[in-house]
Amino acid sequence: MGPINWQTCFFFLMAAIACGAAIAVVISSNIVRMACWLVLSLAAVAGLFFLTGAEFLGAVQLMVYVGGTMVLLIFGVMLTARGPFVSMKIGAAQWVVAVIAAGALLTVLLQAAFGTFGQTQGKPIAAAGSSRELAASGNDVADAASYSPLGLGLIGVRIDRLAERDHVLRGGMSGYLLPFEIISVHLVVVLVGAAYLARARRRMVPRHWRGGEQPSGVED
Amino acid sequence: MVSMTELLTLLPLPSWIVLTIAGAIQAALLLVVALCSAVIFIWLERKVSARIQDRLGPTRVGGRFGWLQPPADGIKLLLKEDLIPAAADRALYRLAPYISFCATFCVFLALPFAAGWVALQLNVAAFFVLAVAGLEVFGVILGGYSSGSKWSLYGAMREAAQVISYEIPLALCVVVVVLLAGTMDLVEIGRQQEGWLWNWNIFNPFAFVTFWVYCTCALANTNRAPFDLPEAESELVAGFLTEYSGFRWVYFFMGEYAAMFAVSGLGAILFLGGWNGPVPVSQWLGLSVDPHGLGAWIDAAGNWATAHIGIHEHVCFAAWLGNLLGMCNFVIKAVLGATCMIWVRWTMPRLRIDQVMTTCLKYCVPIASAMIAGVLVWSFVFPSGVVAYVTAQLRPAIEHREAAPPKAPAKKTATKSTARTIPRGELGEGGGAGRSLLVYGTEEVER
Repeated sequence: MGPINWQTCFFFLMAAIACGAAIAVVISSNIVRMACWLVLSLAAVAGLFFLTGAEFLGAVQLMVYVGGTMVLLIFGVMLTARGPFVSMKIGAAQWVVAVIAAGALLTVLLQAAFGTFGQTQGKPIAAAGSSRELAASGNDVADAASYSPLGLGLIGVRIDRLAERDHVLRGGMSGYLLPFEIISVHLVVVLVGAAYLARARRRMVPRHWRGGEQPSGVED
Repeated sequence: MVSMTELLTLLPLPSWIVLTIAGAIQAALLLVVALCSAVIFIWLERKVSARIQDRLGPTRVGGRFGWLQPPADGIKLLLKEDLIPAAADRALYRLAPYISFCATFCVFLALPFAAGWVALQLNVAAFFVLAVAGLEVFGVILGGYSSGSKWSLYGAMREAAQVISYEIPLALCVVVVVLLAGTMDLVEIGRQQEGWLWNWNIFNPFAFVTFWVYCTCALANTNRAPFDLPEAESELVAGFLTEYSGFRWVYFFMGEYAAMFAVSGLGAILFLGGWNGPVPVSQWLGLSVDPHGLGAWIDAAGNWATAHIGIHEHVCFAAWLGNLLGMCNFVIKAVLGATCMIWVRWTMPRLRIDQVMTTCLKYCVPIASAMIAGVLVWSFVFPSGVVAYVTAQLRPAIEHREAAPPKAPAKKTATKSTARTIPRGELGEGGGAGRSLLVYGTEEVER
């Protein structure tokens, strides 16, 4: 580990907030508070991204995950809850299953994390070298360190693999634009379908079917 | 150019203390900007609304124009009792105002006040600003929910419906400018609009239409009339603010007024030339990093003075003065934008929630999408700007007329004049960031 500096301090601060809030999500019983802790945890992860200089990823994290959780909170929780401040009771069996599942995931993640740590040492330096070459060649790809390589990778240009003459490694340069577009069209279709299914329909419900009570939800 | 951190390293202190001091000063400066804008806008709101309603507004607090009205308001609110309803979720109720204010404050982090005068120069600044500004509503919704009151909950629900209506067109408006500029870096977007008035993005026909859509959505973003549905004093008591009192209430309002400045500042950078004035005065005076004319004299005089004090580092006074001038431009534009917001608030009636959703989703989204398509076509037809396009079309005629003298100098003068009058054309010919990337990409694939 390197010397302690502000980066390290902020890293530990953010990491502590992320982990602590994640544990608080599990422990708290009020569903809105859970969502708040989740937002805090995700925002701390965004902070970690900003700390490592991945600003694009950080902004995406804020936009998609934090904003998404907020929408989830509003429409999933507030509109479906029967009463104010709903609490959730969790049984012992649920705790056991949850601990087993989470423990298994943690094991896999830790293994993956430490495995990658050993393998990729030195690779970032190579990437930095190539981007420095690009800067020397007068191109502004290297200046925009954060999102330009991502965008270029999406359309099939891997600036970290430009030097590779090997066709096997250049094979990854076909790009992800087509799969990305297919997925987004799929999502649009699903959204339109969901909106169609959830659309309020005008049904004529005979009064005697409902035992004489006023049919609710007929009007809209 | 010597930054503040470098100046502080001249002091005999360890580096971590210097970094901490520099960070604290910068954070405090930003906080002062956010809070001062809030205080000034509160005063301005009182005066402008009074004039619109044929009154005078505050006239006696602190002299003739009621200058000290905002501090008087603040003291009054500080002395109020901090009430928390019995039915409230206490922790969330206390937390909500801070979230709202902090989210707005974070927008100021990425907002450039002049060329390079920005706390955090991100290459995705436009996206960052959108992402952070979207978090402000979290505080509003949380406050409305945790109050344990039906008026507050109604306000929060309206806010939720409003958010999902205006966020999409707002982001689409920013995308139009990003496509035009080829970058998401707000400093770069501002720099591209250097020079005369017509280099501003708003003089692009598609950006011009987008600007009005942006104004609508930005107004909705600040929760002000005609989009003040979450508050709606005449219907919901005070909406999400009903149960708040004292200083927590102030936090929400400081957030709202700071958001006015942030949103109109973002609009100024995206559409109205940012820190560039309508006339390139600072360029004429030579107030830049490589000073000339008057700027060179100022630079020399400033450095002579600092050398006498004992600082021998070269400080670029000319660029500093130019940036100061630019910051004045930026602040004037942002304040004018906020004044327009106040003007709209006191002249327009409140929309209904279905009207808000219709405005944003049925009109703003299609218009903004059409503008995106239009801008794509535009940048395909005029890759280096209209003026450059016209000059290129006219060039054969000019050359024909000047055929009598030797050809080479005639050509030279033609290109030179293009470069001088239209910096954007120059940028375009060099390729905006996005365009050159694409060209670069195809080359690499072919190789």
